Amino acid sequence: MANRDKDDLILLAHGDGGLLTHQLLQVYFLRYFNNELLAQMTDAAVFQVEAGQMAISTDSFVVNPIFFPGGDIGKLAVCGTVNDLAVSGAQPLYLTASFIIEEGFSLGSMEKIVASIAQTCREADVRIIAGDTKVVGRGQTDKVFITTTGVGYLLPGVNLGYQRLEPGDKVLVNGCLGNHGLSILLQRESLGLESQVVSDCAPLNGMIKKILSRFPGVKFMRDLTRGGLATNAKEIALSARVDFWLNETALPVEEGVRGITNLLGLDPLYLANEGKFLMVVAAAEADALLKYLQEELSAAESAIIGELRSGEGNVFMKTALGGTRRLDMMAGTPLPRIC
Amino acid sequence: MLSKAQETDAARQALARLLPLAEEAARRLGRRAVLMEVCGTHTMAIARSGIKSLLAGSLDLRSGPGCPVCVTEQRDIDKIIAMAGQPGVVIATFGDMLRVPGTKTSLEVERARGARVEIFYSPMEAVEFAARHPQKEVVFLGVGFETTTPALALSIAAAKSRGLTNYSVFSVHKLVPPVMRALLSDPDLNIDGLLLPGHVCTITGRKAFDFVSAEYRAPAVVAGFEPVDILEAIYALLKQITAGQARTLNGYARLVREEGNRKAKEIMAEIFEPTGAAWRGFGEIAQSGLTIRKSYADYDAAVRFPVEVPEALPPKGCACGEVLKGKITADKCKLFGRVCTPSSPVGPCMVSLEGACAAYYQYERHEV
Amino acid sequence: MCLGIPGKVVSLNQAEQWAVVESFGVRKKIGIDLIDEEIAPGDYLMVHAGYAIGKIDQMDAQVTLEMWEEILDAE
Repeated sequence: MANRDKDDLILLAHGDGGLLTHQLLQVYFLRYFNNELLAQMTDAAVFQVEAGQMAISTDSFVVNPIFFPGGDIGKLAVCGTVNDLAVSGAQPLYLTASFIIEEGFSLGSMEKIVASIAQTCREADVRIIAGDTKVVGRGQTDKVFITTTGVGYLLPGVNLGYQRLEPGDKVLVNGCLGNHGLSILLQRESLGLESQVVSDCAPLNGMIKKILSRFPGVKFMRDLTRGGLATNAKEIALSARVDFWLNETALPVEEGVRGITNLLGLDPLYLANEGKFLMVVAAAEADALLKYLQEELSAAESAIIGELRSGEGNVFMKTALGGTRRLDMMAGTPLPRIC
Repeated sequence: MLSKAQETDAARQALARLLPLAEEAARRLGRRAVLMEVCGTHTMAIARSGIKSLLAGSLDLRSGPGCPVCVTEQRDIDKIIAMAGQPGVVIATFGDMLRVPGTKTSLEVERARGARVEIFYSPMEAVEFAARHPQKEVVFLGVGFETTTPALALSIAAAKSRGLTNYSVFSVHKLVPPVMRALLSDPDLNIDGLLLPGHVCTITGRKAFDFVSAEYRAPAVVAGFEPVDILEAIYALLKQITAGQARTLNGYARLVREEGNRKAKEIMAEIFEPTGAAWRGFGEIAQSGLTIRKSYADYDAAVRFPVEVPEALPPKGCACGEVLKGKITADKCKLFGRVCTPSSPVGPCMVSLEGACAAYYQYERHEV
Repeated sequence: MCLGIPGKVVSLNQAEQWAVVESFGVRKKIGIDLIDEEIAPGDYLMVHAGYAIGKIDQMDAQVTLEMWEEILDAE
């Protein structure tokens, strides 16, 4: 009988392909990810495709700590890949999930992570149809690493790309910036701060699909993960050979995030987000899109944060005072400073 | 306290009134007035808020020797790195020091090689860490000016009263008035006025900087760190310049007192004593550093973990020294933006975000 | 050279020399060993590296340009 005691640990034998591996699959993966493609337990999942273009994306997740306010490594592993597909204009359908687990990791934590993946898949309307589990010796990895690969079909009629960007286009974000990066940093460093900063980790494909079906003026999207708004804007500016002009006063940042970043000498524009996108939209549709985001999609903190101008790939920010500041790519991991 | 919107409003008004005064100063001097912000946090605030871009036409703002990471001698950084290699040692540091390059390597690289480096926001957290890890030797990097030193002094006092034997401080602490004297004594100096560091003055008191105007005839204003504080301090400097005055004024009276912070000065004097110190760009300056007193030698990492490192030459071509003296702006350095960038810094002024070169690179650089 | 953040005192323990301060909705326990003056909840302190380095005088909140005119023209 499978021992379901929550205190049980992952053993090397859970990865050897024998009885314990089988139990892990049955008790956790098949039960939580329950779908007929996975249940066939074949070496490869086989599925029908529609005519048109497919999109595929992969990402590995090594976040420390694995549980954080607003999410966990499992939720992140689904959102990260789903959002990469969504901002590319694709509707994600299927994911694969591959786990590298450290010997001695708690089965209870494993179950929490698997349950969180299943829950996030439901929210994002995607299914896990293939997976793999390896167990490595203590110290050879840190608790658990997850790699997800996602496939989806390109939404019909959607045309996104750098080549469409032109001066005058407006730049939008769908909410407050910096939450995920800061919530992780606060968990990791011993800073002694009491705060309520919660990761913004969330799947965006539902929201994006609705937007794309209504606003053909959307020209480009990017999820604002590592490097934050500033680094991602700079990358887009360089690739598209345009300048971004952002307005400091328009940037949505939660008061708590602003406070802690001030305290620690960090800049929220360089902190990672896991449920935020930057969208470039034709000026004529910008106001209507903002209204739609705020009123129909409950993204109340959405904002038009700036516009594109002709240029060579710079990101400028108009400060509250009316001055100009340049934003560049992030150099080195943000660290708390005293100076 | 003013709200953010009120502050921005006040800053806009200050700006509108400051600009004609800057023009007037420029007419009088026959060139733009050169003002130095001594403190790196001012450098950051000036760049971030866009003040620099707004005033560039009529004022020349230069950064001074007020970034502790930047003025730390390369040899001291080499010593810190050597200490990180000692068995059982955990280096405890503010985040600022992690990426500063020594002659061959940095703490960040040594951490990748297996050295234990922990980042703390407060030295008191490092004391707690030492209490929890009695088998480790926790060495805190004591980098910083008068503002930061009292916190390090308190951490030593706390370690002593708790009977901890595994906490020590490697002191490369420095004092601002002596370096200001060195700066102002330079016959080539071409500075028309100084923004004094508000948080250093919170500890030292305004009076400690009276010599700037009394002995060197330089207008000076103690400034806070909000854009409005900085603009108003610049206004007061320009007022002095156009009126031909030189006084050391307090523009941060809500925090800075005449005599400073008595308790902070006492605890500093209890644990540390002045000593000669080497500054990057300035060389040795008498009585400008702080060393841990003999009576606290048990908490002095330099005594506990003596390391010998060879003389270190600054990186070839690096002009951090000239930048720190306000003689040139960052972009005039040959390495700037080509060899030396924030992601691969050569000199310390590019490492610290508040360093003159990093601030220039991040916020003002035009294509190079 | 020195980042400081103003925090409003929420609670304090004089015997153990600490206070909890709040700035922008974030609370942090800080040392008040360096403060000479009386502190009460509601006061503002300037915090650096985990310690209050000074008490912010609410009555002296801002030196205005008018004050500079007065100070400088008094010569």
